[in-house]
Amino acid sequence: MKYVIYIVIAFIFWLLITSSVSPAILLTGTIVALLTVGLLGRYFVDDVYRLFQLRRYYWFVIYLFIFIWECLKANFDVAYRVLHPDLPIKPGIVKVKTYLKTNIGRTTLANSITMTPGTITVDIIEDYIYVHWIYVSTTDPERYTEKIAGRFEKYIKRIFE
Amino acid sequence: MNDIITIVLFCIGVLFNLFGCIGLIRLPDVYNRLQSATKCVTLGTCSILLGLLFHYGFTTIGIKALLAIPLLFFSATVAAHALARGSYLFGVKLTDKTVVDDYKEMAETIKNKHKGEKNALSEDQRNS
Repeated sequence: MKYVIYIVIAFIFWLLITSSVSPAILLTGTIVALLTVGLLGRYFVDDVYRLFQLRRYYWFVIYLFIFIWECLKANFDVAYRVLHPDLPIKPGIVKVKTYLKTNIGRTTLANSITMTPGTITVDIIEDYIYVHWIYVSTTDPERYTEKIAGRFEKYIKRIFE
Repeated sequence: MNDIITIVLFCIGVLFNLFGCIGLIRLPDVYNRLQSATKCVTLGTCSILLGLLFHYGFTTIGIKALLAIPLLFFSATVAAHALARGSYLFGVKLTDKTVVDDYKEMAETIKNKHKGEKNALSEDQRNS
């Protein structure tokens, strides 16, 4: 079941990239999709039934808009720091606790953190995400956890868990 | 109208790529440079790709440009993460301006674990 869905997704992706339906292309696409999923399918998530729960897509769209907004803010923030003559940075690595349990949820959170204002994920060990922060404005763990991860966690929990 | 949007998006893209490059030169250490390299350069490139989509509409080229955006996002973030972790474990120092470093002890444990594995491995080879 899981593998069939991945093969279909890979095949659709192939069709979008090639945008042609000649027999040779379709045949190549099938072989490539089978090969990819056969080799790498076991690394993907196991519970694919979640793909068919529509409310997850609803939260995903909302999350996407919040994410794009945060991403834009991140860019202006970094651009400001780079162009400022005094280079106003105060970097450090902080430890952020997450309550997400699944691998894909944690991966998404880590990627989101990397794309938002002045933070890069360095490592995830058990429940902690180590984040490099370009401007450490507070050293209180609760406040920076809320600042870095809090705004995404609740959406990611609804999407993936 | 479409042409104007395209040009504006291209300009934003090139400008942000430029900021990213300036950051790459001005910021002090690997980790801060990664910040500017991932954020500004990703948004800049995404903006250029969006401009392409507006210029060509939903044709072959436009759809390819659209598909490239998520791929770029995921690869950029994962690459940044891998580079940051790799350089920390390799021993690249943080800049003097650094205020906190919670990762230090964890990095030591990871390093010792790897060292232990390596020693065990070489002993195995000697024995066999």
